[in-house]
Amino acid sequence: MTESGKPILYSYFRSSCSWRVRIALALKGIDYETVPINLIKDGGQQFSKDFQALNPMKQVPALKIDGITIHQSLAIIEYLEETRPTPRLLPQDPKKRASVRMISDLIAGGIQPLQNLSVLKQVGEEFQLTWAQNAIISGFNALEQILQSTAGTYCVGDEVTMADLCLVPQVANAERFKVDCTLYPTISSINKRLLVLEAFQVTHPCRQPDTPTELRA
Amino acid sequence: VEAGFHHPILYSYFRSSCSWRVRIALALKGIDYETVPINLIKDGGQQFSKDFQALNPMKQVPALKIDGITIHQSLAIIEYLEETRPTPRLLPQDPKKRASVRMISDLIAGGIQPLQNLSVLKQVGEEFQLTWAQNAIISGFNALEQILQSTAGTYCVGDEVSCPQVFLYYRFKVDCTLYPTISSINKRLLVLEAFQVTHPCRQPDTPTELRA
Repeated sequence: MTESGKPILYSYFRSSCSWRVRIALALKGIDYETVPINLIKDGGQQFSKDFQALNPMKQVPALKIDGITIHQSLAIIEYLEETRPTPRLLPQDPKKRASVRMISDLIAGGIQPLQNLSVLKQVGEEFQLTWAQNAIISGFNALEQILQSTAGTYCVGDEVTMADLCLVPQVANAERFKVDCTLYPTISSINKRLLVLEAFQVTHPCRQPDTPTELRA
Repeated sequence: VEAGFHHPILYSYFRSSCSWRVRIALALKGIDYETVPINLIKDGGQQFSKDFQALNPMKQVPALKIDGITIHQSLAIIEYLEETRPTPRLLPQDPKKRASVRMISDLIAGGIQPLQNLSVLKQVGEEFQLTWAQNAIISGFNALEQILQSTAGTYCVGDEVSCPQVFLYYRFKVDCTLYPTISSINKRLLVLEAFQVTHPCRQPDTPTELRA
């Protein structure tokens, strides 16, 4: 914790996993300090000894809060939900909670890890784009189908949930990898509705402390 | 049986680590269920059938039909079981310990396994598959071994069995003696009944030559 006692978020402006947590903190009105971890500069600041001690997986985000350090974005969000329960990020009904977690896990476990920086490095420059596109397209094909039965205004019903926190950053990734999102009308329309909400705006990669000048909003 | 109103139905592959997680949760909670085996290799992969795709558009196991709904994603299934059949607990009561449990579960389920599952290995190609899988596991286990230094008691988080089920990927020839904490916890877990009866070597779809 900082001297002021504020939580500290280790984040990269463009990391979709970091963005999920930034949205959760914003929605819950939790004031925090950002320590930017540049995944590219200096060979990748996530590989520094200090950061590795904080998160042995050498990934962002990590959150220092209440005397502990948590990593894995969904574990962080569930902790925030349990300790700062309003406004809710998970519905009350167990079946709806299952839908929220299912969609969140599909994105956070089934799509994003397959197109993150370190995997793309291993795949190699020549195949990176196709690899990332395949990961996203497979996931979005499934997600578009699933949302037919779960979605209302947002991914699950009409309240913003953890699933929505996962959706928006993943759509941003899809756009970066030139995936045609018009093929996914439900995903696209939910994404559009979410992007106008303040919590999604202020936490956007284009408005972070470490956003490069040329990418700033 | 209509959408598992009577007995839950688990779509599972004997060797799928994700399926095994859910089998253990069901066993620990004493939930009786029916298995519908989905062979990920036969017939070009039964997960690609029209019927199964309607059930789980991600075309992956496990999927669980229970209480009139179908859930997939192993950890979402386990959290649902925890919320609707709360005893015995699979998550501690304290939020900080719950965070540790979820962190470790997500590290394995989101940070290791997806990188070495069948469909990714197919894309990587036969020549590089083993190295690729080993790298995924080694990176993850290096991190996990460190994390367990601060969380582990008898098991991954304290002294009660919780969500993270740590499976040693002998199949990929990862030298697990490099991970003493992971190895000893795994050893302790494997003697528990719920881990025994749900083991890949004892499933309805275990091939004869791999049966215990």
